Amino acid sequence: MLLVKNVTYYIGSEKKKLLNNISVEFSPGKLNLIIGPNGAGKSTLIKAICGQIHPQQGDIFYGEKNINKISVANMAKIRSVLSQNIELSFPLTVTEVVMMGRYPHFTANPTEKDIIACKEAMKLFDVLSMADRNFMTLSGGEKQRVHFARVLSQIWYPIKDNYRYLILDEPLTFLDVHYQFDFMYKIQRLLKNNDIIVIGVVHDLNLAAKFGDQITVLKNASILTNGTKEAVLTKEHIQLAYQLEPIIHKEGEKIFLFFD
Amino acid sequence: MQLQKTYKGIFFILLLLLVIISLLSIRYGAVSVSLNEIFSALKKYFSLQNDMTLNERIFMDIRLPRAILCVLVGASLAVGGVLMQALFRNPIVEPGLVGTSSGAAFGAALYFVLGAVFKFDAGEWTLPITACVGGILSTFLVLILSRSKQSGKSSIVALLLIGIAINALFMSGVGFLSYIARDPQARSITFWGLGTLSGANWHSVIIVGISTIVCITAAMRYAKQLNTLMLGEDEAQFLGVNIKQMKRNVLLINVLLIAVATAFVGIISFVGLIVPHLLRMLNGSDNKFLIRNSAILGGILLSMADLMARMLLRPAELPIGIITSIVGVPVFIILLRKKDYFF
Repeated sequence: MLLVKNVTYYIGSEKKKLLNNISVEFSPGKLNLIIGPNGAGKSTLIKAICGQIHPQQGDIFYGEKNINKISVANMAKIRSVLSQNIELSFPLTVTEVVMMGRYPHFTANPTEKDIIACKEAMKLFDVLSMADRNFMTLSGGEKQRVHFARVLSQIWYPIKDNYRYLILDEPLTFLDVHYQFDFMYKIQRLLKNNDIIVIGVVHDLNLAAKFGDQITVLKNASILTNGTKEAVLTKEHIQLAYQLEPIIHKEGEKIFLFFD
Repeated sequence: MQLQKTYKGIFFILLLLLVIISLLSIRYGAVSVSLNEIFSALKKYFSLQNDMTLNERIFMDIRLPRAILCVLVGASLAVGGVLMQALFRNPIVEPGLVGTSSGAAFGAALYFVLGAVFKFDAGEWTLPITACVGGILSTFLVLILSRSKQSGKSSIVALLLIGIAINALFMSGVGFLSYIARDPQARSITFWGLGTLSGANWHSVIIVGISTIVCITAAMRYAKQLNTLMLGEDEAQFLGVNIKQMKRNVLLINVLLIAVATAFVGIISFVGLIVPHLLRMLNGSDNKFLIRNSAILGGILLSMADLMARMLLRPAELPIGIITSIVGVPVFIILLRKKDYFF
């Protein structure tokens, strides 16, 4: 599992807290989603989990190991991260971009195993047909799918005695409804492998309601609530987080949220 | 779909071209050297005979070291260009951007104008050493000044801006020195600032050769890491790259490549800028492909330029930097305006 323990992070001379004593546990085989209003600290939390920033207090554990004890190179073998808005500085083909996902696993030239992972990941996200195209000429949605393939190829094979970690920072921007659902279904299917821990930030509450197994709501640098969708997606919580009264519609186990 | 491109075709064509150009540049110049003379000179050299004709001497002592130096310097400049463009994630970067070549120019100008005043004298090595030291010092000045006070890291933008500023400073230093210089000294500064390979000899071939081979071999090891940088620094880190270490080492490789090459031949512009672009147009931006092939293509272009520099105003010689700019700029602009190459 991935454990965030009493993490506090502040900046500036007034020590403005961007994360205030955050503790949360993300378990394998579940889709862990983080939601919350703008400026609540979602991105900061993701950055702390990724090791981009170093919180002044608290610890983050990948499995048994403290994040500070794992080298950048070793981390890349077990964890992949999908960030927002990645633009290339030079023209590359789609294949070349996806192959970067395998870079942590080989030294000079890709092995057969790397090539297969690449191909399968490209097939999975429907980008095999554009393999030789210049990445820069793709549409926003196509680019996003290429990055999905890259990120997935990075953790394609199970790792002995270790979890694989997938961290998604707002993965659904640029995608139309079809590919939003398509992507979430694929992640859900991926989670049938019980060794993968997925953490994602999403904005769309209905997507969170449909796919989230564990939902964490952030507000003002703290955790407002954390748990199953039934426990978290209540009128009170949503109103507290977003200052908007939702209309919550339940159909069996399904939850839909509307705003008026 | 090619999941693993083999660039061998391009590499061998370029290698063949390099051999042809080098042969031409060995044969032609103020005096033509025939193939027979080349062979007999080599035969005499290896059998330790000491009775070479004038043409054979010209080949052995002037043309051959010059042709080899040309290839080495071209390779150094072009690979430096690839490294800096990849590191700065910016297509308009030249290898001298971090202050190396302007610092070297300042060192050389100091030597030309005040050389007699200083006590430092290392014979034929004095100029290369002062230029090389100037290049290395100015680069470190840029690196130190661009380091942020808080994090202790150099951001790429800061590096770029400080580099431009320090370049301007050293070039005005060169301007001042040529202003106070007497006429022949000022001409030396100008000529050196435009680059020339007329001083080529076997000593310079050996020194530049070592630096070129060591640095390019080291650069190849960073090709993959530089590729990930195309996605941005965060992404590169997620792909397992130790950014700080990589930046430092790549900069170090570049400084060595450029400072040593510049020290012996002066400032040659445009090769470092144009070669990576030509190759990118041919076969994309994979840095492994770029580093390997730009070493060859850099050698080809500089050899061609040197041949032209020697042939156009025969028996006089033009500074090679003039040729690289006059020919390089229009070719570059035409290529860039081609539709399918854009950023």
